[in-house]
Amino acid sequence: MRATIWGSRGTLASPGRETVRYGGQTSCIAVELSDGSLVILDAGTGIRPFGMSLGASPPRVDLLITHLHTDHIEGLRFFTPFWDPSVEFRIWGPPAPLRTLEQRLAPFFAPPYFPVHLRNVPSRPTFLEVPMQPWTIGSATITAELIKHPGPSVGYRIEEGGGALAYLPDHEPGLGADLTSIEAGWISGLSLARDADVLVHDGQYTSAEYEVRVGWGHSSTFDAVTFAERAGAHRLALFHHDPFHGDDQLEGMLASARQLASTPALDIELAYEGQTFAF
Amino acid sequence: MSDESTQHNLILILARDLTSRLANPAAVVDAEGTLVYFNEAAEPILGLTYAEAGELRAGEWAAQMDPKDPTGDPIPLEELPLGVAFGQGRPTHRALTITGGDGVVRDIESTAIPLCPREGLILGAVALFWERSREAER
Repeated sequence: MRATIWGSRGTLASPGRETVRYGGQTSCIAVELSDGSLVILDAGTGIRPFGMSLGASPPRVDLLITHLHTDHIEGLRFFTPFWDPSVEFRIWGPPAPLRTLEQRLAPFFAPPYFPVHLRNVPSRPTFLEVPMQPWTIGSATITAELIKHPGPSVGYRIEEGGGALAYLPDHEPGLGADLTSIEAGWISGLSLARDADVLVHDGQYTSAEYEVRVGWGHSSTFDAVTFAERAGAHRLALFHHDPFHGDDQLEGMLASARQLASTPALDIELAYEGQTFAF
Repeated sequence: MSDESTQHNLILILARDLTSRLANPAAVVDAEGTLVYFNEAAEPILGLTYAEAGELRAGEWAAQMDPKDPTGDPIPLEELPLGVAFGQGRPTHRALTITGGDGVVRDIESTAIPLCPREGLILGAVALFWERSREAER
């Protein structure tokens, strides 16, 4: 499989001179599987240019949404294949205690927020709540698991041909837990990231910023690095960049993160638009 | 190399997070009734520490605590507050006596609630309890 990042920014699209190296589009990763299937992780604003890059609509799209915060769904309304009636469009997302995925998404596709109702979208998407056991899409095995972030939220693991991509873009595993010492079984999301070739993980805050944002659902770079090391991930791509962090500040955070790592075996980098991972 | 211990569901992780911050004695069981956590406040009542106990299967903790009703009759697991909560998915409350890990018999009351992220799906239960004999001393 081949995964391409189309948006790595968190919270709010942040174009501008300060963000050109790592990008300002919100969360979206396109994953092409070896059998030709297309899996998309989240529909932040990055999904719009991805749609524009496609020559023709794919026959089927499987969109895996981690949660329904705006920066993970706002681009869907501007994703070209979504408006193509020939596309089999499946939207997967976290289960919630009472309302279905479709019921929770529908207000976002209705006046006064948007002129077209969800029921009138030409691709007539199917809404699927993620199962609690791994399942298959095309040639890949997908695993979803509820993770620590406000509201129903999941992380994903995509495995194909011996390669594993873990995607936990909005995640605060350090909430209420000392990640350096707590037993691994009590760390949110750890099994998704276990021995992953690439772990794309929330690393939004510096440690100082995190101190005054505990409970907001995001990680410090320190917690991201600790989580990656506990999971035994090989490569950590820090993701969900804060909209107030320009490229220079992000690179400073990266340097700090590399110093925090206790083992050189973990390769740490900043996720950026256009970055690809081949497995 | 990663740590290979069993991953708990997020609902249980959050239940542990919450109860670990409470001064109320509390315990958490998973969907099979395994006692996966109890907090520091519960340790004097259960007569052992969480570090000593580790995780205990449903049959183990129920047998070790030797729960009895106020008339001295044994209470089977499925009728204990935690047993009702994780087995039937409904909250319940009752008075009982237990024998702690230190061998001391204590009168307690326990309220247990199921952990159901969706209707019909029970991932475990949480019990809050308190010691009636100590209450009488106050």
